[in-house]
Amino acid sequence: MKNTGTLQVTMPTDNEIVLTRVFDAPRQMVYDAFSKPELLKRWFGPHGWSLAVCEVDHRVGGGFRFVLEGPNGQRMGMRGVYREVEPPKRSVHVESYDDYPGESIVTSVLTEEMGRTTLNATITYPSREIRDMVAKSGMEHGAAESYDKLADMLAAEQKVTA
Amino acid sequence: MEIAGQLDLTFAALADPTRRAILARLASGEASVTELARPFAMSQPAISKHLKVLEEAGLISSGREAQRRPRRLIAEPLANASAWIEDFRRFWDESFQRLDGLLEEMKAQEKTQAGPKKKGRSR
Repeated sequence: MKNTGTLQVTMPTDNEIVLTRVFDAPRQMVYDAFSKPELLKRWFGPHGWSLAVCEVDHRVGGGFRFVLEGPNGQRMGMRGVYREVEPPKRSVHVESYDDYPGESIVTSVLTEEMGRTTLNATITYPSREIRDMVAKSGMEHGAAESYDKLADMLAAEQKVTA
Repeated sequence: MEIAGQLDLTFAALADPTRRAILARLASGEASVTELARPFAMSQPAISKHLKVLEEAGLISSGREAQRRPRRLIAEPLANASAWIEDFRRFWDESFQRLDGLLEEMKAQEKTQAGPKKKGRSR
């Protein structure tokens, strides 16, 4: 299959964002990596960040608490509650960030084909502001780029007038 | 927290198509309220309301020239909003790359553990 390692970001409806990623590993393994704290600690977070706090109670009604720590000691906290748990196929949780308002619902579906696993994570945003913002400027590349261009152009313009 | 609050204001201001159109217009240069109202089938007070939201979000400022008071765009909050989205993408892209490495390790380990034994789950 194709596209192993490529993160795809799409917006099928007004208030959803879908992340799709293919992993070269069986489904159970990917599911474990998403639900076991000792494994989550080894990958969750961008380059230079690590999970200083990682508590997971992976069952319906159970929750998780993550605190990511950055290279300069910055901290980013998030928490969530599991609503549906169907290992190794599917899970649904509600999550929120300490520093951003609002909760989003994350539905993760794993499908396995020929030893490779496709993750489909649908994030449903509750707030119209955030949804519209994301839909407009997009996490899709083209749209994000045009936004960057606008920002660049504006920054250049400000320099000229300053 | 201050950045998060600013982002909320930015997002809320950008949620409206008229306001986005106004920003797009201002991206090509400053304009007075009358000039901004022209392309929209909207009264000047209605446009002024939108301008107030944009101003409160720190996305535009108004000039001092008594009559015209031209509005102009402020780039920084938009750049921050755009950075937030890029951060989101980078967050998952980089995390998943690390996960790739972990999965390779797990596969290798499973192979060694399975070793000469029969295939199948041990636990």
